[in-house]
Amino acid sequence: MREHAATGAFAALGWACRRDLRLAMRSRAELAVILLFFLLVTSLFPLAVSPDPALLRAIAPGIAWVAALLASLLGLSRLFAVDHGDGTLEQMVLAPAPLQALVAGKVLAHWLATGVPLVLLSPVAGLQFGLPADAIAVLAASLAIGTPILSWLGAVAAALTLGARGGSSLLALLVLPLAVPVLIFGAGAVESFTSGLGADAHLSLLGAGLIAAWVLGPGATALAVRIAHE
Amino acid sequence: MSTPSSSAGSIWFRYASPASFYPLAGQLIPWFGAAAAILALAGLYVGFFVAPTDWQQGEAYRIIFIHVPAAWMAMFTYLVMASWCAISLAFNTRLSAMMAQALAPTGAMFAFVSLWTGAFWGRPTWGAYWVWDARLTSTLILLFLYLGFIALRASIDDPRRADRAAAVLALVGAINVPIIYFSVRWWNTLHQGSSISMTAAPKMAHTMLTAMLLMTLAAWAYTIAVALYRVRSIIVEREALSGWVGALERPGEAGPTMAGAATR
Repeated sequence: MREHAATGAFAALGWACRRDLRLAMRSRAELAVILLFFLLVTSLFPLAVSPDPALLRAIAPGIAWVAALLASLLGLSRLFAVDHGDGTLEQMVLAPAPLQALVAGKVLAHWLATGVPLVLLSPVAGLQFGLPADAIAVLAASLAIGTPILSWLGAVAAALTLGARGGSSLLALLVLPLAVPVLIFGAGAVESFTSGLGADAHLSLLGAGLIAAWVLGPGATALAVRIAHE
Repeated sequence: MSTPSSSAGSIWFRYASPASFYPLAGQLIPWFGAAAAILALAGLYVGFFVAPTDWQQGEAYRIIFIHVPAAWMAMFTYLVMASWCAISLAFNTRLSAMMAQALAPTGAMFAFVSLWTGAFWGRPTWGAYWVWDARLTSTLILLFLYLGFIALRASIDDPRRADRAAAVLALVGAINVPIIYFSVRWWNTLHQGSSISMTAAPKMAHTMLTAMLLMTLAAWAYTIAVALYRVRSIIVEREALSGWVGALERPGEAGPTMAGAATR
């Protein structure tokens, strides 16, 4: 019986993930806009600050991380809002499959569609700022561990703001303060690597955050979705 | 509601009802208000006239008597607010969510006051209105958390939904507050070292400690009084359509009707 429930949860997770990925692939232009936004923001900084290579190398990890954080906000408002609008989300709440697994599948799909491309694109930003190859690898690794945490924080906030006035600006107000530790450890990983201290401590803390996000995230997001459907 | 067996339990359940808490809050407000005024006057007197001048910082340090109690209160109020939110989610009680709603603006105010007075204190002693010190930064983020809580509440029309959504946000924030604090502290020490540290202040004279204690108690009493005042407004606003609130507007009937509502 227990085993059956567990397989049911994984099946629900896989179903929700595949469904959302298929939907994401059908609106590829939106995903491209997010990636373009990331590259645009990182390209603006040399124009605004200075083209001095030493300065750019020093601020590169911070800029890449802030740009990734802002880019991850872009797709968030659509994570639940579209399904909420056409009633799909309500069916998920009523479905016999555990809601936690369904939202976990949606968040996983959201990360695969928006987070992974950002990770793959981050070396471009690193090259723009003249980071050495091993620092670029650390940047990509920190983004790979950190962006799923951002997806979970964003998922809770997106579910809480369902049906609320204020839309994406409210979402930003809720998510950004909570994302501060991820930003600090993510950008700090690259910084401490280039200063010779090694990135292990930062990446380990990010990993701890990732585990905590996967443990606490599904319950909190499912609760928030339920509240929106009371 | 079922009738609990123990008398202590029945008091808790009795005052969990907005209708019976409303008059109790009204009776408590003058006491806490008066306590806040007396304690603040005494604290300010001791702080500004009795406490000795600091040998290093001169008179400028005296803002500590407002700054530190405000910072403590801002952090503590968030904890209290999150506890009310947890109770409201667990037991689905209306009054606890109303208390959380009533506490949020006061907590945000204290966070703002501690940042503001900190800037005024920092200018003469550190030479800058703002430094990216760990405590300053985490207080700033705390202020943003308060504002997010208030903004989320304000943008959901249905009050019960707003209660529950804001409660989830407050709890996520409460889990995050210690993480934010330690991450910011670590970030700061890695970057610029602790050249400026408030913990390295010289040992405090007894009168200074007395003044700080008085001001802290005043901040507590003020917070309780203001939260009770605000929760009364929230109760009346939310229960405007219920019988006992309608009776409040007709003073002649208020007494018996309210007693009836409380025992119902």
